[in-house]
Parts: sequence; structure tokens; C-alpha cells
Amino acid sequence: MTSLAIFGADLPYWAQSLLRVLGGAVAVLLPAGTIVYLFLFKMMSFMQSRLGPMEAGPYGSMQLFAEVGKWLQKEDISPTRADKRVFRAAPLVVLMSTFLLVAVVPFGPDAYFTDFDAGVFYMLAVSSISTLGILMAGWSSANKYSLLGGLRAAGQLIAYELPMVLSVIGVVIQAGTMNLQQIVVKQNSDEIFGWNGIGFPYILTQGIGFLIFMIAVQAELTQTPFDMPIAESELVSGYMTEYSGFRFLIFFIAEFATAGVFALIASILFLGGWGVPFSWFGWAPAGSHEIDNWMNVGGPLIMLTKMMVLTGIIMWVRFSYPRFREDQLQRFAWKVLIPVSLVNIMITAVLKVAF
Amino acid sequence: MSDFLRDYLNVVWFAAIAIVLASILLGVSAVLRPNKPSAEKNMAYESGVNPVGDGWSQSQVRYYIFALLFVVFDVEAVFIFPWATRLEVYAVFGLVEMGIFVFVLLLGLVYAWRKGVLRWV
Repeated sequence: MTSLAIFGADLPYWAQSLLRVLGGAVAVLLPAGTIVYLFLFKMMSFMQSRLGPMEAGPYGSMQLFAEVGKWLQKEDISPTRADKRVFRAAPLVVLMSTFLLVAVVPFGPDAYFTDFDAGVFYMLAVSSISTLGILMAGWSSANKYSLLGGLRAAGQLIAYELPMVLSVIGVVIQAGTMNLQQIVVKQNSDEIFGWNGIGFPYILTQGIGFLIFMIAVQAELTQTPFDMPIAESELVSGYMTEYSGFRFLIFFIAEFATAGVFALIASILFLGGWGVPFSWFGWAPAGSHEIDNWMNVGGPLIMLTKMMVLTGIIMWVRFSYPRFREDQLQRFAWKVLIPVSLVNIMITAVLKVAF
Repeated sequence: MSDFLRDYLNVVWFAAIAIVLASILLGVSAVLRPNKPSAEKNMAYESGVNPVGDGWSQSQVRYYIFALLFVVFDVEAVFIFPWATRLEVYAVFGLVEMGIFVFVLLLGLVYAWRKGVLRWV
């Protein structure tokens, strides 16, 4: 299904690409804005018994536009001794990683940007590009805080990349495919011992995998229990110390957009993706063509709902827990998460072969 | 062009839109923002005091060791994924094979553990 037909008219390739790319931009920026306003501005404030932004618009809902307007007017300072070209390119690399990541997310039966057979592979590979950007930022700033922050970030991201990769293998074993679209269809059309009431979301069997995946996501995003790379009480602002103006905001946007995209991916792998797995809802099971047109509209909304729930959990943890120490962080990854996920893989494999 | 390659070409467009979008915003910002550099302002930030020594200071070797360990496990993941997609076909044979593979890997982790490399001192 590579020819995208809208209102019955086949579009030329350039128009398809333009639509895809615009869709991708919306899929990156809209969740990022929603997450920042709803969770970072409002939920955090309410959890700390304060109101948060209230001036711009009703309940401060226009605050985001005010923020962008403010950041656009900030001076762009780059230190004299910095490696200027790398310094300027680093935020773009981090943002690029987010866009590449969203390219693989399916939003509905026909509403996807790319349909890779090695989608899981691609997702894992692309998500580590942001590490490069962060290392570039930390190194090129010629600042001790930045360098330490960048190195910490790299050490943390590679340590938690492994549990993430290993926890996804359980899902791949169960689905028998690495195509994210197929994984979604499988979850919605499978049945549990002949009962197809709720499909078969993999969280039921891969609960441990889901838990490990969410912890790894939290660490990959450097959200609070794992925020040593930007620990403000130790490293000022880590690898972002020397950044100001709009380049700083690009780091910020990329961080929250990536939180949204990782939540989307978690919902695809474990929660059934764009499908509502309720056959009593009146919709035919996924894969049959009766529901296709419905789900191209409903799918993105369902994905958005699942994303908001998962990012809500990520942010809830972020606002609730104090920071780990660096040694605790590495110990947790290497001595707990990796052995547990290896055991999880073997158990899943044994059960797959047995049933 | 085949559909396979086209899918990967889409990825290039996605990378391009990220750069284009950021460049447009930075361009708008360049028009609006002030630009008054001074020697003090462009100094490296070290909590308000004059920076001591070089910004590119030396760092711990332990980062390097963890990176090496990472490579071992990441290459392993490359082997496990194709196996995971075909497990239904391989059945018990594949299970035993992978059991041995994971066991050897775990030995490596246990070795590093016993050597005290995993301790972040």
C-alpha cells in the first residue's frame, strides 16, 4: 500500500512525501506541546500545591506560544573557545533523532509513514543518534560541566540501551516479526485460549518486559530518577550549560517530543497500538478491511490516548522521585535489568516453543 | 525505484524536515534576537569565577570500559533478533542453541562482575 489515495485521487510521489513529512512534524510537535503544557506546567504545579502559569490565556493555555515568542528573542551565545560548528549542529542532531524515530510509528491501518520489515531494529538504531548529539554538545562546549554531563549522558544511554533492546526481543519472539505494523495487527487479532474479547495485548505476557522498557525509556530520556547528565545541583545544566536562546529550546523540544514518541512505541509494542482491542465495540477485528477507513481516523486518536497515559506515568515518576547516584544507576542497569531481561527472553522463548 | 528503497528515502525526508524546521526557526530568531558579544559573555561558564585550565579536561577510563561491555551485548542483540522472528520454525533446536549462546554471554557478564568492573568507584 505505497500509493496513498486521498478522496480517491492518487497523489504523485512528491505530494505524498510532503504530506508524510508534514504529518511527521505534527506528530512530533503536537505531543511535545501537549506534554509540556499539561504535565510539565500544570501537573507538576498541582503536585507541588501551586497553580503554574495562569496569565497567558485561560488557565495559562497560551503559555507555550508566549514561551516560543520569548525564546525567539533571546541572544544566541556561543563561547569563544567552543568548537563552533559542532556546537551549533548538536541540537539539530538531537532533534533529527526524534523525527527519524517518529517515521516508523504506525498510526492506523493505512496511516503510517514507512513500513519497514525491520521496524524494531530501525527504531532501536535511530533512538541512539540522540546520544551522538548530546556527546557533540558536551564535547564542543569546552566547558568542564558540559564535558562531564556529556560523558555521563553517553554512559547512561548506552547502559540503558541494552535493557531496552533485550526487553523488546520478548515482544519480537511472541509476534514472530519485527514489523511494527504487523505487531499491532497481531495483538489485535490474536486470541487468548480461543477468547477474542480483548485481542492479545503483549503486556499480559510481557509484563516484565514492559516494566523494563519503561524504566529504560525513563533513563534514555534522562527524566528525573535518571537525570545525572543534567543534574542541576552538581553540573549546573550538564551538556546544555553553554547553550542559550533558541538552540537551548531545540534541546528542550526534542526531549519532550522524544518522550511522546517513546510512549507511542511502548503502546505499539505492549498495548496494542492503534487498535481498540474490544470486539464488542462493534468493529471487526484488525486486519479485515471493514474497519480500515474507520481506524485511519480513530487510530491516531487512540494512539494519542495511550501516549498521554504513558507519558503521564513517565512524568509522574519524574516529579515524585529523587535522583539516583551515578554508581547506583550503572549498578541497576548492569546487575539488575540486564540479567532479568535475559531471563525474560529465555522464559518467553521456552513458552513460545511449548505452546 | 522499488518500494523498499522508497521507504528508506522517506527517512531521508524526515531527517531533512527536522533540519529545515529548526533552520527556519533559528532564522526567524536571528532576525529578532539581539547580538552583543563581549569577552566576558563568551567565556566558558564555571559558576561565575574565571575558568581554570582547559575546558577539555581528562576523564575517567571507566566510561571506556562500559562502552566496551556495551559493544559485546549490542552485537549479541543483532544475533538474537533474527532468531526471535524465526523461533516457531526452529522450535526446540533453536531454543537449545540460543540457550547456549545466552549462557556464554551471561558468563561474560559474570566475569566482568567478579572482576569488579561493574563497580562505579
